[in-house]
Amino acid sequence: MGAKTLLLKGITALVGVTAILFVAASPKHDVHVEKESWSFQGFFGKFDQAQLHRGFQVYKDVCSACHSMNLLSYRNLQEIGFSEAQVKEIAASVTTMDGPNDEGEMFERPGKPSDRFHAPFPNEQAARAGNNGALPPDLSLIARSRAGKGFGAYEGADYIHGVLTGYKEPPADFKLTEGMNYNEGFAGHQIAMPAPLSEGAVTYEDGTQATVDQMARDVSVFLTWAGEPNYESRIRTGLKAMLFLIAFTLIAYAAKRKIWASIH
Amino acid sequence: MSANFKNPVIRWIDHRLPVFSYLHHEANEYPTPKNLSYWWNFGSLAGFMLVVMMASGIFLAMQYTPHVDMAFNSVERIMRDVNYGWLMRYIHMNGASMFFVVVYIHMFRGLYFGSYKAPRELLWQIGVVILLLMMATAFMGYVLPWGQMSFWGATVITNLFSALPVVGKHIVTLLWGGFSVDNPTLNRFFSLHYLLPFVLLGVVVLHVIALHRFGSNNPIGIDTKGPQDTIPFHPYYTVKDMFGLGVFMIFYAYWIFYAPVTLGDPDNFIPANPLSTPQHIVPEWYFLPFYAILRSIPDKLLGVLAMFASILVLLVLPWLDRSPVRSGRYRPAFKWFFWMLAFDCAILTICGKNPPDWIWSPLSLSIAPDEGQAGISIIAMGQLATTYYFGYFLVILPLLSIFEKALPVPLSISRPVLGGGGSHAAIASAPAKNLAKTMEKL
Repeated sequence: MGAKTLLLKGITALVGVTAILFVAASPKHDVHVEKESWSFQGFFGKFDQAQLHRGFQVYKDVCSACHSMNLLSYRNLQEIGFSEAQVKEIAASVTTMDGPNDEGEMFERPGKPSDRFHAPFPNEQAARAGNNGALPPDLSLIARSRAGKGFGAYEGADYIHGVLTGYKEPPADFKLTEGMNYNEGFAGHQIAMPAPLSEGAVTYEDGTQATVDQMARDVSVFLTWAGEPNYESRIRTGLKAMLFLIAFTLIAYAAKRKIWASIH
Repeated sequence: MSANFKNPVIRWIDHRLPVFSYLHHEANEYPTPKNLSYWWNFGSLAGFMLVVMMASGIFLAMQYTPHVDMAFNSVERIMRDVNYGWLMRYIHMNGASMFFVVVYIHMFRGLYFGSYKAPRELLWQIGVVILLLMMATAFMGYVLPWGQMSFWGATVITNLFSALPVVGKHIVTLLWGGFSVDNPTLNRFFSLHYLLPFVLLGVVVLHVIALHRFGSNNPIGIDTKGPQDTIPFHPYYTVKDMFGLGVFMIFYAYWIFYAPVTLGDPDNFIPANPLSTPQHIVPEWYFLPFYAILRSIPDKLLGVLAMFASILVLLVLPWLDRSPVRSGRYRPAFKWFFWMLAFDCAILTICGKNPPDWIWSPLSLSIAPDEGQAGISIIAMGQLATTYYFGYFLVILPLLSIFEKALPVPLSISRPVLGGGGSHAAIASAPAKNLAKTMEKL
């Protein structure tokens, strides 16, 4: 069948050329983001629970001084293996404003598991005033919003890791704006955030050595989880769905062959 | 023509309300050419996608809040706290892409095999209306999560209407419900996003009625000549569609479960901020070819008109391509121009995706900001591709209708290998007759 082969060839060529052009067309950023290998990647990917706990510790001890995580509640931490008692304790470690009570007064109380993560600043203006005019972004979706675009793009975790480990001495000819910091992982290489991590900034409960790279990795993974807490159930469900669909398709194909046998 | 149903209840109902007879006639007996290839699976897949989108959308609407202060967080709540909300949302947002994949393949199928030709002109035109409705619905749906790309996409696209003389400004105010994209815009987009799919469904019914008038076209492109050329739709094509559906669902599920945001823009995970414009405002992939056509014309009004014309030209396609041979299989020259059109649309997609002043260098196969490297700018590439796009419909097809010498067309579907005979010769010589007519006029 000449027509059929031509059709197939045409499509193959089209798909091929388009793929080449698309790969070629992925826009170049002025920062290079190094792709790391993460345990959550792939069809059978999984978060390392110990790493998530370490990452949360980095967020709690370091990041949370300036960055909010408005979309997460303390109760969500149970999803990554903290016990109910631990979550209560973590929540109670902050004091939060509640009210009004029956007398119409606002009052302070210890945090509850159902509370959102305690925000360091009451509003945007306060956050800017406390940070030299810059606004520390909310970190709930940071891993998702900073991921690369399109096919084979880098993960949000790659980007976060790149920024957190990207603080270097600026080259001699680099003009650094007053109050800014040089960072190889950030677009324009100038970032308002001063290097947040330093060797031993946190003391890990599991004894892992707290190097800058280790802390950056751990918090990148924690923020990846925080960006999509249902990530693991998504790819687990995917596996089941795929197996079902493949079986369904094979049966449908067998039925098609049988029914059409008399026509061919 | 009423069928003999065994079940007495069905017989009782059918006698008074012949829906079962109707279904039996239109879905069971419905005679279908026996030689349909897998390219004919995409019509039913498009219908399937419409149902999936409506079903998942109704569940999403139960949890979504159309208010600028709450929309973004309500979507995140669906993702995080609603049971299987993440699944519903991924089905819906990737479903939009899958719907367009299926419909675009369905359209190219029609273009190659001449499914738009007599007597199926209205069927084709109704299809174009479906495409327009789909585009409007998809655009408004993309605005609803109220992320950065939602907001700025809405701003850019609605602003296009301001290019129209006299009425432009008023149309934009009407679309916005005010003087900028704001809460009233979000509210009306949500309302219309819920309404339009039902309108779409109605037009799909018309599409199917028009289809069933003459039945499906087929890869050979000749009319069925009798019962020996057709088979009943059920079970032959129901089972074939079922298999096609399985293959398609595997493809669809891959996106849902393993790459749910790859087709989207990471910027849409940032809440809409009218004070901060994203670096590149890019529409979803299925709008990129049209976006490229819009940008390739320096004048705003003409660009907008060209963008609309690129779809509206399809409405008159049946009268631009006068070749009596439907199927591209028997049109040796047409074939090449057709595949070039498909390639052209891929180029337009790439042009729409990249900033217009960037350069594509054939040597390094890269697209990058202009730093004096050898190559062609995205805008120039888009202009060439736009020229070919319109050239294909307005120049190439009419000329091919006159000058192309078609290959012999089979006599019937049942005997496709037999050449010879009078009818195919008559068809093949038709272009020559057309030419003669044209010469007479001159």
